[in-house]
Amino acid sequence: MLIAVLSGFIVACIVPLIFKLNRKVAGALLSILPLSLFIFYLQFLPNVLAGEKILTTFYWIPSLKINLNFMIDGLNLLFALIISGIGFVVYLYASAYLAKSEKIVPFYIYISIFMASMLGVVTCNNTLALFVFWELTSISSFLLIGFNHEQERSRYAALQSLLVTAGGGLALLASVIIIGQIAGTYEISQMSAFHSNLINNALYPSILILFLIGTFTKSAQFPFHFWLPNAMEAPTPVSAYLHSATMVKAGVFLMIKFLPILGGTELWMWLLGGFGGWTMLMASTMALKQTDLKRLLAYSTVSVLGTLTMLIGLGGEKAISAMIIYLFAHSLYKGALFLTAGIIDHETGTRDIRNISGLRKYLPITALIGVLAALSGMGIIPFIGFIGKEMLYETALLSGQYSTLFITISVISAVNIFAVMAYSGILPFFGEYKSPSEHVHEAPFQMTSGPVAFALLGLVSGLFAGSTVDGLTNKALQSIFPSASHHLALFHGFNLPLLLSALTIVVGLIFVLNRKSLVEFIEKIRIPEYFFPSKWYDYIFNGTLSFAEIQTKFLQNGHLRYYIFTILALFILLVGGSFFGFNTSGSILNAFAISIERSIAGIDIYDISMLITVLIASVFALLSQGRLSAIASMGIVGALISLIYIIYGAPDLAMTQLSIETLSVILFVLVLYKLPRFFTYSKLKTRIRDLVIALAFGSIFTMIIIFVSAYGKFDTGLSEYFAQTSYLIGHGKNIVNVILVDFRGFDTMGEITVLSIAAVGVYSLLRLRKQGGEQ
Amino acid sequence: MNSILAMPVVFPLFIGIIMLFFWKHRSIQRIINALGSTITLVLAIYLTWYVKTSGIQCLYIGAWKAPFGIIFTADLLTMTMILVSAIIGFATSIYSLGTMDETREHFGYYPLLQIMIMGINGSFMTGDLFNMFVWFEVLLISSFSLVALGGKRSQLEGAIKYVILNLLSSSLFVVGVGILYGITGGLNMADLARKIPMLPNKGIVNVMAMFFLVSFGIKAAIFPLFFWLPASYHTPPAAVSAIFAGMLTKVGVYALFRVFTLIFVTDVAFTHTIIIIIAMLTMLSGVLGAASQMEFRRILSFHIISQIGYMILGLGLMTPLGIAGGVFYIFHHIIVKTNLFFVSGVVNELKGTYLLKKLGGVLKLYPLLGLLFLIPALSLGGVPPLSGFWAKYTVAVAAVEKGEYLALAVSLFVGLLTLFSMIKIWNEVFWKEQKAEFAAEQQTLRQLPKFKIAMMFAPIIFLAAITLFIGLNPEPFLNYANEAAHQLLNPSIYINAVLGGAQ
Repeated sequence: MLIAVLSGFIVACIVPLIFKLNRKVAGALLSILPLSLFIFYLQFLPNVLAGEKILTTFYWIPSLKINLNFMIDGLNLLFALIISGIGFVVYLYASAYLAKSEKIVPFYIYISIFMASMLGVVTCNNTLALFVFWELTSISSFLLIGFNHEQERSRYAALQSLLVTAGGGLALLASVIIIGQIAGTYEISQMSAFHSNLINNALYPSILILFLIGTFTKSAQFPFHFWLPNAMEAPTPVSAYLHSATMVKAGVFLMIKFLPILGGTELWMWLLGGFGGWTMLMASTMALKQTDLKRLLAYSTVSVLGTLTMLIGLGGEKAISAMIIYLFAHSLYKGALFLTAGIIDHETGTRDIRNISGLRKYLPITALIGVLAALSGMGIIPFIGFIGKEMLYETALLSGQYSTLFITISVISAVNIFAVMAYSGILPFFGEYKSPSEHVHEAPFQMTSGPVAFALLGLVSGLFAGSTVDGLTNKALQSIFPSASHHLALFHGFNLPLLLSALTIVVGLIFVLNRKSLVEFIEKIRIPEYFFPSKWYDYIFNGTLSFAEIQTKFLQNGHLRYYIFTILALFILLVGGSFFGFNTSGSILNAFAISIERSIAGIDIYDISMLITVLIASVFALLSQGRLSAIASMGIVGALISLIYIIYGAPDLAMTQLSIETLSVILFVLVLYKLPRFFTYSKLKTRIRDLVIALAFGSIFTMIIIFVSAYGKFDTGLSEYFAQTSYLIGHGKNIVNVILVDFRGFDTMGEITVLSIAAVGVYSLLRLRKQGGEQ
Repeated sequence: MNSILAMPVVFPLFIGIIMLFFWKHRSIQRIINALGSTITLVLAIYLTWYVKTSGIQCLYIGAWKAPFGIIFTADLLTMTMILVSAIIGFATSIYSLGTMDETREHFGYYPLLQIMIMGINGSFMTGDLFNMFVWFEVLLISSFSLVALGGKRSQLEGAIKYVILNLLSSSLFVVGVGILYGITGGLNMADLARKIPMLPNKGIVNVMAMFFLVSFGIKAAIFPLFFWLPASYHTPPAAVSAIFAGMLTKVGVYALFRVFTLIFVTDVAFTHTIIIIIAMLTMLSGVLGAASQMEFRRILSFHIISQIGYMILGLGLMTPLGIAGGVFYIFHHIIVKTNLFFVSGVVNELKGTYLLKKLGGVLKLYPLLGLLFLIPALSLGGVPPLSGFWAKYTVAVAAVEKGEYLALAVSLFVGLLTLFSMIKIWNEVFWKEQKAEFAAEQQTLRQLPKFKIAMMFAPIIFLAAITLFIGLNPEPFLNYANEAAHQLLNPSIYINAVLGGAQ
């Protein structure tokens, strides 16, 4: 099973090679992949029908409990078959549809990655591995939406879909991690045992909301639905495959899978029922006014996804059973309709339904597909879509307290969808012939055979529901409710759902016949822009970017003095804060007392006079108006410090200090000659601010040092050791020298390297500038 | 036997000196440098294996026993850093063969590169706090020369900011070491780790912890101390900014990991909470910075900052999974980030600019380059199953385990914005059609010599392969990171290895 899932990735790697070998048959050759996957999954059907579950285990990252464990039960198998089956049709279709495109190679790469990932999503039993595949579907979808990437619109749509679905994916990841922490397992099949732990946990609402953000974004539920119509920028086979039949159902899939794990609560019902119902109603209404064939279909897809979500929200056995049938029917008819739209686009060069009609004259097979698929979508007897709709009505009627609400919106949406199906699958083929292109002729068999199969399957599975889809859908239902079962039949007797169906058809027909006035009516409903979630996306997107710009201009403003200012301020905050926060005022004062006591005890006239001179010199350096005087007074400070070294018995240090001081003063003076005149640039306010920072920084340093020196050294082992061994082992009488060249010789080597590199660097800098002829 | 521990430091110095003798002979330097980096890589692999199998190793330099002399100590964290530095040094050396201009090669580019690697490796290897300061200086002066080499105005401006802010860090560091020595009488890190818990005054330990947090924080480019990084990284040639992007900040991150797992662990509730807060701000601030940029390398530079946040977050959590996540993150990040800079350099080589506005249409001409960009870019964006995802995931789970839900939220949000930035580059550079007015000055790959192309692409493919390998097979790397975390969270292992069980 691992190989089956990974085969798509492997094939993706060799797609360029196959096209290099033979461009003409490459597409057809590649469609063997989904076909063999379909057959592979089909072989599990007898086992699944016998009530078995097939589990395989592959240890991938055991330390993180991420393993490639795959499971085949009824639901997973149903999805795997849909994915590989439709995949086969789409692969074949695209080989003709994109035959002339130069981007056919990346198309097959991306779609193979997608198919593999999607199979991973629906057969993985480990939530984290599932998430890996989940994100890969988002990425491959991104690459496919941006197929025509020279166009700004495509790039916008691709980025939008990625940000929405990958962002949702991250929310899903968060919920999966937290669920894993609570349940202690990442295996879906083991999680339902922790159902009560999860729903009674204080974090349950957050977990559920995060989870639903993940599934809603993927399955285009309000308020995240807007990316799906925009995703129609992708080539039509992609829209048919990813954005109606498979990927957008991943969210729905996960919600059914998690019904026994997170479901069964009021919150679950209200969030799914509410958002699903609203999405169903809103999207089906929006669909009515679309003129682009693909956008028409996209909005109806969103509406159907809303229906599915609502059914999962209602959550009973009936609801899930209805949902499975509805989903199955939708995959067939919507796939067929999208592929039909692709043929129309391909042949006439337009997708605007106002510009085409009567196409059946030149596209007879396509017309047949369109009509059959649309009839199933409209819920006309005896298509499978009819059974799905009947079950939807039945469930809505039984939904208890709020059944009136649910049945009303279900019927309104069904009426809308009825009209939309007619607009997209029937009207283009009838009436007077009209087409912008003159060379309309029937598409090759690679493009028609698949949709024909879908359309016929929709009819056959409806007519003989009891003997065809009944078995597998029952098993799919049982993977959620083990003891439930349903019996599919076309005719349930004369009951309320049938009456409502009749009503749907009558009102739907009125809608179909009066398209123009209906659209005019809908257009009249003016809703302010800022109510549209797609606008919210733009607001959030642009808002984040503006905020990013402001914060970055503020922080990274290009002025070195602000950088230093900020660093010092943070130092004062953290170091100063912890100094006063963690040391009692008693111990600080005590330290001061000790050091003052000590200083007074050992002080003499040299110390005092030197101290005063240092102070005067530094204040003078601060206040001086000329560079030369400032440097000279800094020189005085340096020289006096070397005197302090002498008094405290470190002549080596004093010598070093003095020579460095002298050298730097000389260098300064030399450079000074080249510099412009001295100005006071800063305002009084900034100078005061700088003074405060400088004083705070200096005082914190001073206080820490007083504090530390007052409490003395904890351990003097190191200096004692140096004193004892420097002559005996190090053979040197001057301890400082022995430390420098022996005990810590490696430091000295490093410092020598620093000096040599500085020399090399300066030399190269100067020479390279001269050579470059720059200033 | 343990003398070999000195090799990652001494050997680059040796090559550097040899190359100085061939100052006028560019091609000899090129050969020596490439060979030398290869040998360093082999050495590093051997050493890592050695430490992994035989435990923490010490080298007492001049045979002065710890804590009296300087020592080199190699635990698994050290070896991670040494190994990845050798990988990056090797890749950069090859990449330089294809991209470095002749003038820079004439003026000591290769010796400076080797000395910088010496400084980097020294900082990782040393077990002595003052010695670490020395290596920081070696690193600073050589990297400064590399940034400034060429002397363009923008370069010098960046270099000045770089060197001044880093000198500020160094001064804080050396004063901090001085004060710490004043309190404890020790410089050896294991010795410090042993003495600090015995100090009578706990308050001063926290003060010193903050002292080092600021000093190393500047080096590691955490919020709000990162200014030098975006100011300088986009100015030097691609090879230089690539190795900078990979290694320099990570020296600071390493230092933080070292001192905040070994030395300043007496009041974790205080110190590490501050680290977590800073980590979150670093992630956010860096990623927002990247979102506002429209220049290839500046976007990448800001992302270094936000990624540092993830590593520091792992440290701040101070749990086995957190530290392991941090270590894993460092390793993954260095490889990915260096590679992205390599790719940016190739794009610049072809199109003559780093500005997203002027770029475009690269995918159509060079689909392979597109793939080689996507692998590290999506990895950086945390797309599974690439290396970056496991890194982010590990840190995120560690945050959840500790109940740091805010950190989880921030890390996921920042992940999304990172992905956005990478897609922005992808859209603008690879997908968009280049505007005709900017298309004039470009050259095509065919016009370039074959050798140059090979030397440009080989290191990119090499690093992308590593990224893919980690991504598809993270288990051994995670196990390694877990072991490293185990060592870090049990300082007694380190202390015993350095000072011996008896002390």
